[in-house]
Amino acid sequence: MNDSQATKREADQQAGGSSALDTIPKLLLENARVRGARPALREKDFGIWQSWTWAEAAQDVKALACGLAELGFKAGDRLAIVGDNRPELYMAMTAAQAVGGVPVPMYQDSVADEMQYVLEHTEARFAVVQDQEQVDKLLEIMDRCPDLKHIIYKFPRGLRNYTQPFLHDIKEVEERGRAFDKDNPDFYAAGIAAGKGRDLAIMLYTSGTTGKPKGVMLSFDNLIISARNAIEFESLREDEEVLAYMPMAWVGDNIFSFAQSYVSGFCVSCPESSETVLQDLRELGPTYFFAPPRIFENILTTVMIRIEDAAPLKQKLFHYFMAVAARVGAPILDGEPVSFKDRVLYWIGGILVYGPLKNVLGFSRVRLAYTAGEAIGPDIFDFFRSLGMNIKQLYGSTEASVFITIQPDGEVKPDTVGPPANDVEIKIADNGEVIFRSPGVFMAYYKDEEATRATKTADGWVHTGDAGFIDDDGHLRIIDRAKDVSKLNDGSMFAPKFLENKLKFFPFIKEAVTFGHDRDYVAAFVNIDLEAVGNWAERRNLAYSGYTDLAGRGEVADLVIECVEKVNRDLAADTHLAGSQIKRFLVLHKELDADDGELTRTLKVRRGFIGDHYAELVDALYSDRDHCPIEAEVTFEDGRKGTIHADLRIHTIEPVAATAEPRQAAE
Amino acid sequence: MANGKKIGDVLLSVQNINLSFGGVQALVDVSFDVRKHEIFAIIGPNGAGKSSMLNVINGFYHPQGGTITYRGVTRARMRPHEAARQGIARTFQNIALFKGMSTLDNIMTGRNTLMSSNFVLQALHWGPAWKEEKAHREMAEEIIDFLQIEAIRKTPTGRLPYGLQKRVELGRALAAEPDLLLLDEPMAGMNLEEKEDMCRFILDVNDEFGTTIALIEHDMGVVMDISDRVAVLDYGRKIAEGTPGEVRVNQDVIDAYLGVSHD
Repeated sequence: MNDSQATKREADQQAGGSSALDTIPKLLLENARVRGARPALREKDFGIWQSWTWAEAAQDVKALACGLAELGFKAGDRLAIVGDNRPELYMAMTAAQAVGGVPVPMYQDSVADEMQYVLEHTEARFAVVQDQEQVDKLLEIMDRCPDLKHIIYKFPRGLRNYTQPFLHDIKEVEERGRAFDKDNPDFYAAGIAAGKGRDLAIMLYTSGTTGKPKGVMLSFDNLIISARNAIEFESLREDEEVLAYMPMAWVGDNIFSFAQSYVSGFCVSCPESSETVLQDLRELGPTYFFAPPRIFENILTTVMIRIEDAAPLKQKLFHYFMAVAARVGAPILDGEPVSFKDRVLYWIGGILVYGPLKNVLGFSRVRLAYTAGEAIGPDIFDFFRSLGMNIKQLYGSTEASVFITIQPDGEVKPDTVGPPANDVEIKIADNGEVIFRSPGVFMAYYKDEEATRATKTADGWVHTGDAGFIDDDGHLRIIDRAKDVSKLNDGSMFAPKFLENKLKFFPFIKEAVTFGHDRDYVAAFVNIDLEAVGNWAERRNLAYSGYTDLAGRGEVADLVIECVEKVNRDLAADTHLAGSQIKRFLVLHKELDADDGELTRTLKVRRGFIGDHYAELVDALYSDRDHCPIEAEVTFEDGRKGTIHADLRIHTIEPVAATAEPRQAAE
Repeated sequence: MANGKKIGDVLLSVQNINLSFGGVQALVDVSFDVRKHEIFAIIGPNGAGKSSMLNVINGFYHPQGGTITYRGVTRARMRPHEAARQGIARTFQNIALFKGMSTLDNIMTGRNTLMSSNFVLQALHWGPAWKEEKAHREMAEEIIDFLQIEAIRKTPTGRLPYGLQKRVELGRALAAEPDLLLLDEPMAGMNLEEKEDMCRFILDVNDEFGTTIALIEHDMGVVMDISDRVAVLDYGRKIAEGTPGEVRVNQDVIDAYLGVSHD
């Protein structure tokens, strides 16, 4: 398999290397020639979708490229790009590439200091930004970024009284570019012709959980070959509709709404503002859509809340047909056999419920939706699939130009991320870490050879930092960050985040922290979800005074025990993780809080800190006691400190015997 | 803020205004000038006569004495809709939007004095009225873009939070393309972030459209930051006028705000 893949990759690279269409600017010219009248970019402005055809986009990119050159932008220069998804900013990326420069899109919500680091590191002399907000941020750090010489903005609003000579309206730059082009008619074409597939195309700074951000260098070959492989795999066409709403600095946006658009010629639409995304989604009706699990989760929650407010008949209809969909929706989508009666019911449900629902959400025309970034709850995943939406998981990284694995149609499972994408090779290293090799593998980290060597081996294998394994069907399953995976005393693998996610997928459980490294068994802290459990308690006329009271109730404990038992049953069916069942747990007396240092600001649990902070609770979990009194200091929102007393009960759960047939038992 | 800004001639001149309700003297001999392109603030403690002053300019109250000269024309008695025709628009302290109508429709009502087709044609959405509406809709969209309220374009205003309702109301006033914009406590009841936003919008309106703005406000801090000139009222009398810097150190003003007894 490896041989054939390697030859195919070589062939691809040769094709990319020798053919004329090996850079983004060359693809732009080609698209303008082949499909000049088709839309390339769209933006909602003044309440109306305004379009650029490929021919118009080519004209604007040319004007902008020449204008940049006239201002002194040279081959090899970096162009910082800061702003929401805007056609002009995408065109600025291509314009920079056309004159041999390198666009560096940056996160638009970063504070000035974070921007300063990237600007200094890239030595960018030019920046194209969206509006006054970004101009102000750059002006603030300008004296600390000596390289930055020109700032070009899209929206002149509020900038009337800014007299700095280095500030330019993008229209003015285009105007200068058109004049420059008249005087130097060969300049633009020569610049594009000089570009090669192996040239540096773009630099993307990864936010990096540790240390300073690293600049991932991707070549045109990386972008174009990865984009093309995925286009072929999913049969994407030039008439796809895509909404570009994820940050431009994120690698996914550069593939889904930039490189793939150039390769297959489809139109990319930019929302009116970040607040109108859901409305714009509905108006546009994308056919190809990406969203992280969090967004799908929010949509599902909104739907459920609105259904609660609907008339009783509508509620009945909804619940009846959603039950039908849950039973047969996914099998129909995957082309499995389904009884005639169920097909008829599903068809009726489509007219009465699924169709209107998808229409309201803007998903009527979705042919392909991806989700990635973190684990998605099976309920959420199944909900959208049961509606007939082809939502699939992929696994990728900036260093891979996105694609490492993609779930093929008909082989979609909630707990795996699919087999390797076209031309990608995957191995599991001895320490359990996933490593891969593909045509999308990045060139290097900018100005950081040490980090490059640590991540990418000499023969092109890249360390992902994620631990996982390949299941019986050849699908990759990611379980945790490799550095967090450890072993119990009996040698069983222990993946804390995997267990915590499994627990958190239950609506009653808000947070979970698991322990097991160098221990005899796995133990857990659980935070209940006050809203969900509170609601549940209300319906049972269970009075409670607050979180601590509710969390200490026996009824609530029973609820959590059920969840933990279910997780254990799932684990028992898993050949790799059967040994890491949760044996003892307690429901914490307070909610884990970022203010107390227990969560990060992005709301991830800080396992180490919690383990130290509640050492006596952890000790109790690994003793034979069935309760543990605790007195904890808490910080209130106004900064005052107080103490909470509680006597926590510790629950012991009998492990489930490992079941033989994993697939069946998973039901 | 005001760098590069050109303050022009007098746009509105208020001279020796006296206004009383029965025995209550609301305004006593108040005079001031508002110049083109400036942001002019009238401040004062509660009950100082600020809103009365705005209502006088607006034509809602008719003063017993004094003259108001707007664009060189001294007026005797004027109704509010005449003021609107002359290019004076205002917002209200306690929001007066059409709560059941969308943001867009509310802003469109601000265009009404500028529409020439009659009520019947508008209702039928027919002939010239259709063309006209298109032009007005474009202007409304520009205002929506300007105030960054795209996301609530079609939301009934009654469902909006307070800060946004204030913004929509500003939008409706702007829709009349006023030369003089009167703002009645634009920041009242807002949290800090909403106040900052509103300040930004007031400055931008003044800057981008060249609109002259007269506002009343009791939040001193805000007023001092954005105004070109300030007049201070206390018990219906003007006790000070000048730049924010001058007013801030004026002893009468300090006394009025700290509540020194009046002999």
